[in-house]
Amino acid sequence: MKKKFRLEDLDCANCAAKMEDAIKKIDGVTDASVSFMTQKMMIEADDAVFDQVVDEAVKVIAKVEPDCKVVF
Amino acid sequence: MRDLSDKQKKELKRIVVSAVMFFALLIADHAGVFPEKGPGRYLLLALYLVPYFLVGHDVIKKCFAGIKNRQLFDESFLMTLATVGAFGCGEFEEAVAVMLFYQIGEFFQDYAVGKSRGAISDLMSIAPDYANREAEDGTVEVIDPDDIKVGDILVIKPGEKIPTDGTVTEGEGLINTSALTGESMPRSVQTGEQVISGCINGDTLLKVRADKVYDDSTAAQILELVEDASTKKSVTENFITRFARYYTPAVVIAALVLAFVPPLISGNFAAEFGKWVLRACTFLVISCPCALVISVPLAFFGGIGAASSTGVLVKGSNYLELMSKLHTIASDKTGTLTEGRFKVSMVIAAEGCEASDVVRYAAAAESGSTHPIATAIIEACEDPLPESKISDVQTVAGKGITAKAGKDTVAVGNFSFLEGEGIEVPETGDAVQGTNCYVAKNGRYIGLIVVSDTPKEGAAAAIADMYKEGVRKFVMLTGDSEAAAASVAKDLGISEYRAGLLPQDKVGVVEELLGELASAGSEKKRGSLAFIGDGINDAPVLSRADVGIAMGSLGSDAAIEAADVVIMDDDLSRIPAVMRIARRTVNISRANIAFALLVKLACLILGALGIASMWVAVFADVGVAVICILNSMRMLVKKEKGIQP
Repeated sequence: MKKKFRLEDLDCANCAAKMEDAIKKIDGVTDASVSFMTQKMMIEADDAVFDQVVDEAVKVIAKVEPDCKVVF
Repeated sequence: MRDLSDKQKKELKRIVVSAVMFFALLIADHAGVFPEKGPGRYLLLALYLVPYFLVGHDVIKKCFAGIKNRQLFDESFLMTLATVGAFGCGEFEEAVAVMLFYQIGEFFQDYAVGKSRGAISDLMSIAPDYANREAEDGTVEVIDPDDIKVGDILVIKPGEKIPTDGTVTEGEGLINTSALTGESMPRSVQTGEQVISGCINGDTLLKVRADKVYDDSTAAQILELVEDASTKKSVTENFITRFARYYTPAVVIAALVLAFVPPLISGNFAAEFGKWVLRACTFLVISCPCALVISVPLAFFGGIGAASSTGVLVKGSNYLELMSKLHTIASDKTGTLTEGRFKVSMVIAAEGCEASDVVRYAAAAESGSTHPIATAIIEACEDPLPESKISDVQTVAGKGITAKAGKDTVAVGNFSFLEGEGIEVPETGDAVQGTNCYVAKNGRYIGLIVVSDTPKEGAAAAIADMYKEGVRKFVMLTGDSEAAAASVAKDLGISEYRAGLLPQDKVGVVEELLGELASAGSEKKRGSLAFIGDGINDAPVLSRADVGIAMGSLGSDAAIEAADVVIMDDDLSRIPAVMRIARRTVNISRANIAFALLVKLACLILGALGIASMWVAVFADVGVAVICILNSMRMLVKKEKGIQP
């Protein structure tokens, strides 16, 4: 499954790159991207674990940039 | 700066107030208001801390959050560390100045990036702001495009944007499709015809029945595509992110070395330490790779936006990068380089026969056929025989047709077909290009009709332009005969073609061409290969090429799906135009990388030698970022020279 999320208050381009890196390392993720320009995140992961992956990604984002929020 | 967001306005206020306080203190200190030494210094420190916290409290907060989350190379952490270090060394004004200028830089970055985000959607200007829905009782209400339901009747007043794809139910007029296709000629629409969202209505009122909800409309899909394009990163972008991952830790380690090693070597650690810590702090200030990490994607984002405004969708930064170094282009012929419609290009009547008769009898025989050649002949016939007179039509697939027209027997077909019918046909030689249809009446040859596909207007010029933009090889692929291919190739100035290909052969040819490129250089260095097709029949070839370009795809979801670069209208000249945009994008991002790295390296060296202070470093850091962003924003300037085809 592939899904896109909007990110709010993603203020730093380097953070976006760090988030992308960290999300790609989550188990079950086949592809991920975080675009600073469009303030969007794309996650592609196995259907079975998708919700867990998204939870994990939200945590990763909060860790890299505490102000940044995922809009569902 | 009237277009600031609330958050930005607050930020600006904070910066201005702290700046005023900072400069007041700076002047007072230099005028000797505060003592050079003693407890009076603490008062000065306390006063300096006010603007410091005012301007930098969010950075400090983020720094602590970063420590908690073990994100030690976070820029907030580095800035805080550098400024605290400066305070510790008694350099109060440097500490506050660094934080102040860092925030000014961040503010400009934020503003510039926000501005370019806005510029992209302006550039596209296809997103409708509202729709006028007509209720059953005839009243019209203004609604959000998202609230449109399929089947709604929408009123589009003169000059308004068509909010979603639909069918005209009332009215006729001209609509401007330029935002979608880059084509400046308005398109005429009539009742019953389909219109596409994002086009602008001309001078008449139209009523349109919505066929799609807004999210499925062409305009929404195009916007989505362009936004998504930035998630497919170019090699340059990936290089920068990888570089950033090593750059920051490396500079921080260098700073640590710089703080401790020279004082230890000098033998007088206590006296030297402060000086070197300050130099190390200069390193920390320069260690943020932001200028690079922002400006490169921004340039690509702008490039994709610029391409969209000429009616070309580029589905990823990587494809734009590949377009900048196209070496080989393989192209489909029919419908891509040529009109894709057969026309009668010549009629040669046999001696004693009328050309119009030749066409009339041929058309009569072919009248029941839907073959493209038959259609062309029927179209060319000005006074056809009445259908009631035609009987006994017999088709020999791939060869020809016989029929009775009144009392006459007519045979139309290729050379061998007529020979097989026992009709004597004179040799015409190979001088005539196209498909030859020989016509016989009552067993006697009466003439020859030549049917051919004509090259698109402007195709030759577009191909010449592609060569000028650096394409080395242009190969035309076609299923047509050698003779037909040679003729079109000659007209278009194409040196190489492959004729008689079956659809599945085209993938093989593209693979062979890719192989040639690969043998000339490594995956990264070699030039790229593009395939141009109509996007409907040649999906496998489009995906096999480095860049698959689909032509004339406005409204065709299948083509948009299959291709990497989508040309909305039929105009081949968009391809060299996009190559120019791609080259500019790549050049701008390379210039940014070189500039930022040089300035940072110079600052690191000067900082280590103690020549560049933290002031200089912070100017170098945020100044470079702002300059790089401004440079990238040049991609967003609309209708620049060389971009418009």
